[in-house]
Amino acid sequence: MSTPSIQIEQAPSVQYLLRLGDTALILGQRLGEWCGHAPVLEEDIALSNIALDLIGQSRALLTLVGQLGGQGLHEDQLAFLRDERDYRNATIVELPNGDFAATVLRNAMMATWFRLMWERLRESSDSELAAIAGKALKEARYHQHHSADWVVRLGDGTDESARRMRAALDTLWRYSAELFESDAVDSAAAANGLGPRWGALREPWHAEMRELLDEAKLPVPADSAFRSTGKTGVHSEHMGYILSDMQYLQRAYPGGAW
Amino acid sequence: MNQKQNAANQSSLNEWPLWEVFVRSKSGLDHKHCGSLHAADPQMAIQLARDVYTRRLEGCSVWVVRSDQIVASDPADKGMYFDPMEDKVYRHPTFYKLPAEVDHM
Repeated sequence: MSTPSIQIEQAPSVQYLLRLGDTALILGQRLGEWCGHAPVLEEDIALSNIALDLIGQSRALLTLVGQLGGQGLHEDQLAFLRDERDYRNATIVELPNGDFAATVLRNAMMATWFRLMWERLRESSDSELAAIAGKALKEARYHQHHSADWVVRLGDGTDESARRMRAALDTLWRYSAELFESDAVDSAAAANGLGPRWGALREPWHAEMRELLDEAKLPVPADSAFRSTGKTGVHSEHMGYILSDMQYLQRAYPGGAW
Repeated sequence: MNQKQNAANQSSLNEWPLWEVFVRSKSGLDHKHCGSLHAADPQMAIQLARDVYTRRLEGCSVWVVRSDQIVASDPADKGMYFDPMEDKVYRHPTFYKLPAEVDHM
């Protein structure tokens, strides 16, 4: 690796935005892996559309971070030149895609979360963040619609599809707890009106997911004590691999653009 | 049933039906046929039509129609159906003198 990593500011507002931007970035990267591999051509395009929406949202957020930080960092530097510990995405999005059931379940969980988040961020004290939220909200609504449809089709489908959905729930559900943990970064953002505490989404998210899982005839898993910690920079064993895929080009050809 | 027929039945069982997609590019214009796709039901067909055919801001409204619901003329009838119209120019409203004030008629 020929290009050194960049350091990022630890200011709470920067951390808050990185958590959002990185969560969209890494989920977009994961979904991009489906390109050319989805079960049917039409769904291949649909998944790629969602991936591109997420990467677009992440670009807007990382550009904003670059301006806020006062370091004049470009979105590409932020996306591709940080060390693993400086990525602040929730762990759930870095997990491997698994099968199609796990992919659509994670999409439904994350799209519901993002939609609730963007709704609140429209009221942000940062007008640029509010504008990003206004655009992203429309995208998230569609993502939620599309993925929730699949959750119902597969959950209430054949024995095999229901078995796969239950397995996906077993794997993914415990990672949702991280999406609703509040900490000092949240408190600072809530205090200056930048955005909500993540904990504020817990109740509405659970209500919507319960409704969806009921419709899909899937059991709502019990809460567990497990807590993932990706948003504080401590990631799963999968993170290094996805970063090496993402970063290879910028590290080998610094500033490469097209 | 021979093996080939068996395989054919199997593939039609596993394959989603085909849908024709019509996209309206702007309010006021008509929906235009732009292609087809496979989908399991109407809801999925509409969503996938949006994803496949309106990615580049092509539309503001989408229709989907099951392909097997479309009744089409037989290409073999083309001669008897359409050729007789070739020499009937009087069916075009081109023999009227329009007042100059009526532009772009």
